[in-house]
Amino acid sequence: MFKRIENSATDCTIEVDGKVIPTQAGAPLALALLAAGVSTFRQTAVSGEPRAPLCLMGVCFDCLVQVDGQPNVQACMVRVRDGMRVQLQRGAATVREAA
Amino acid sequence: MSYDVVVLGAGPAGMSAAATAGELGLKTLLLDEQPRPGGQIYRNVGIASSRMAKILGPDYQAGTRLLDRLRISGAEVRYDTLVWDVSEDLEVAAVQNGKTFQVTVKQLIAATGAMERPSPLPGWTLPGVMNAGAAQIAMKSGGYVPSGRIALVGTGPLLLLVACQLIEAGAQLVAVVDTSPKGQWKSAIRHLPAALRAPEYLVKGLRLLRHLRSSGVPHYRDVSNLQILGTDSVNSLLFNVVGKPHSLDLDTVLLHHGVIPNHQLSRLLRVEHTWDATQLAWRVACDNHGQTSLRGFRIAGDAVAISGAIAAEASGALAALGAAHALGRITDAELQQRSSTHQRLLKRHQSIRPFLDVLYRPPTYITNPPDDVVVCRCEEVTAGHIREMAALGCQGPNQTKFFSRCGMGPCQGRVCGTVVTQLLANATHMAPDHVGTYRIRGPLKPIRLSAIASIGTDAT
Repeated sequence: MFKRIENSATDCTIEVDGKVIPTQAGAPLALALLAAGVSTFRQTAVSGEPRAPLCLMGVCFDCLVQVDGQPNVQACMVRVRDGMRVQLQRGAATVREAA
Repeated sequence: MSYDVVVLGAGPAGMSAAATAGELGLKTLLLDEQPRPGGQIYRNVGIASSRMAKILGPDYQAGTRLLDRLRISGAEVRYDTLVWDVSEDLEVAAVQNGKTFQVTVKQLIAATGAMERPSPLPGWTLPGVMNAGAAQIAMKSGGYVPSGRIALVGTGPLLLLVACQLIEAGAQLVAVVDTSPKGQWKSAIRHLPAALRAPEYLVKGLRLLRHLRSSGVPHYRDVSNLQILGTDSVNSLLFNVVGKPHSLDLDTVLLHHGVIPNHQLSRLLRVEHTWDATQLAWRVACDNHGQTSLRGFRIAGDAVAISGAIAAEASGALAALGAAHALGRITDAELQQRSSTHQRLLKRHQSIRPFLDVLYRPPTYITNPPDDVVVCRCEEVTAGHIREMAALGCQGPNQTKFFSRCGMGPCQGRVCGTVVTQLLANATHMAPDHVGTYRIRGPLKPIRLSAIASIGTDAT
């Protein structure tokens, strides 16, 4: 859990697993999520254990989330855009059979 | 569009290299994955509020000087640009706005910087455990501070710096837990005379210690048996001080055991690296102007070996001068004359390193963790499993990778690499140079197929 000690006024919204969250445009997504109380970012592909950012600089790949339909995006390396749709990843990806 | 030199990374070394090259009239291109210059240490220094700048301190604020110099140097800069491959012919492939562009140059300077040494401890994969540098990045990225009870765990100057910065920012720092082995200072003391060549570092360190002491935050020393506990996130930290057990209720644990070079790119290019037994990290073999074992590929700053931001600036300038000379744009005499100040500065700022490296040497339980600790976070491979594979005959990290997927996850071995090398070196009684590290292949980071498909469809 993080808080902003200045400029904490929100100016846009994003969706996280369908839930609307007020936040600031341009903020690093990982920090916006942490400040919104998201403590588990994903469940690992191997054992399903909970993970959240370790490094916040694009090295650890523990902050992977799905952004606007694209999976495995480093949340620390993208910036909040109004209307962004974030999906938290649980376990390994499932491959859907072609119809 | 053709360039004389491409610089990768807009931290102090990269900004200095690009500015120096630009000032010499070289057609220069600087690329960085971030949206603006600064690297890690000077992250967002150009847009920092006066309050955050004050909390982060004068060493951080000093970065604006380089931003100004870069801006007027004539170097072209592209931000939000991910370099995903570099060939041995120095063809750089990078994605910007979802499209790949390629640039081939005769002189490439990698100023790709450093990362935090991994701190494998029981429970370190729990949400709420972060690197101390992550807390600093959070402060630099708009004044974000952990909101609950925080403990800093580890050793090294950054630990003290972040402690003071967090206190200044009003964070609830409940303890600094120092993992430095007892009596480590005795080994460091013989390096003190050299360290006195750059006394400002020692003065700063002492000032931070004094600030921490006056803050009243408990400072535990010589700790052992650390365990981070929690179910979905950090709950508490257990440790022993001189055999006496302690327990701290916490929401955030910030780990730090020093900084090591990020060698993903230099490994991709298969240049010569040697293991530095004092820094406990790899070091790229290069000359005084960053020239590696691959002609035209130079490396500068902390990407060579950890020396800090001021040294990085000098190192970047020297790499640019070397590039200019190799391109025939300055004479031998000019190279020598222009290099001397930078070389002197570099030497002076590097003189503190042996003292710091020994004083803040990480404990062996960090570089050679116990069996049940996860080493490869991505694939959840424990130290014990890696030792089992060594016992079965695996000689190096590429073999253990095949058998366990250790190093095959999304981070491509960035986090686990140095620990696996040291673990296998200890288990097989072989030198780290012999054990080696992961073979790195492009892309350096995951990219969309559409980014590759766009190659050849555009002119630039």
